[in-house]
Amino acid sequence: MKRHKHDSHDSYGSHDRHVAGRRRALQALAAGACLLAVRPALATPEELAVALKETFGDREIRRGRVKLEIPRLAENGNIVPTVITVDSPMTEQDHVRAIHIFSEKNPVPRVLEMRLGPWNGKAMVSARIRMAQTQQVLAVAEMSDGSVWSAAADIDVTVSSCT
Amino acid sequence: MTSRIGPARIRMPAQAKPGEVFEVRTMVEHPNESGFRHDNLGRPIPRHIVTSFECTYNGREVFSAKLHPAISTNPYMTFFVKAVDSGEFVFTWKDDQGGVTTVTQAITVA
Repeated sequence: MKRHKHDSHDSYGSHDRHVAGRRRALQALAAGACLLAVRPALATPEELAVALKETFGDREIRRGRVKLEIPRLAENGNIVPTVITVDSPMTEQDHVRAIHIFSEKNPVPRVLEMRLGPWNGKAMVSARIRMAQTQQVLAVAEMSDGSVWSAAADIDVTVSSCT
Repeated sequence: MTSRIGPARIRMPAQAKPGEVFEVRTMVEHPNESGFRHDNLGRPIPRHIVTSFECTYNGREVFSAKLHPAISTNPYMTFFVKAVDSGEFVFTWKDDQGGVTTVTQAITVA
């Protein structure tokens, strides 16, 4: 009888631990599932920061020398005309090497990377891009001397490109 | 399997003076499906995008681009080029399913 009671108590305790363990496992699983479900939806500014770090390393991204023209209000996020002009003489000694477009809240922060050189004569490019929601767009130019310049613009998106 | 990339259109002058800087406008017909959209039944529509573009002028690269999903359907890009010699421009688009489109355009520089 005593032994049985002991047994029973023991098994109850073990069951309790087991339940607690399973609850923790389920909670972890649910959290993981949430992360999985939420993750591909929208890039956070942290992901933008990671993309910038990967692209430009520790170089300082300064404001200026870049002009970014996008509509203030995009009724259709699927087609956003974008024009980027960089203040550069585009000579052999001093030219734009690359122009990048980044998005703050699209599912992927990188939008477009363009390589240029003195043979372009003029540092002006344009493209049509997609915007998933109201956010800030960033244009970054890499110069031949290694310096990095940028411009940002806000855009309000009425109809998202991700529907 | 190589998928077909639609026809491409180029707008640039047929003639230019040496040293003249002119605009090149490019567009390729392509669904450029971002992979973030769903169909009417809620199933994700698989990604199918143009991933790279290159323009050479008499064999030398004068402009290239890496494209990500946020490029609109029928990718459109413009840039400038300085006229040097008569010759040929070659434009090449590649997509993520092995599709390729190449277009050439002659220019007379005098």
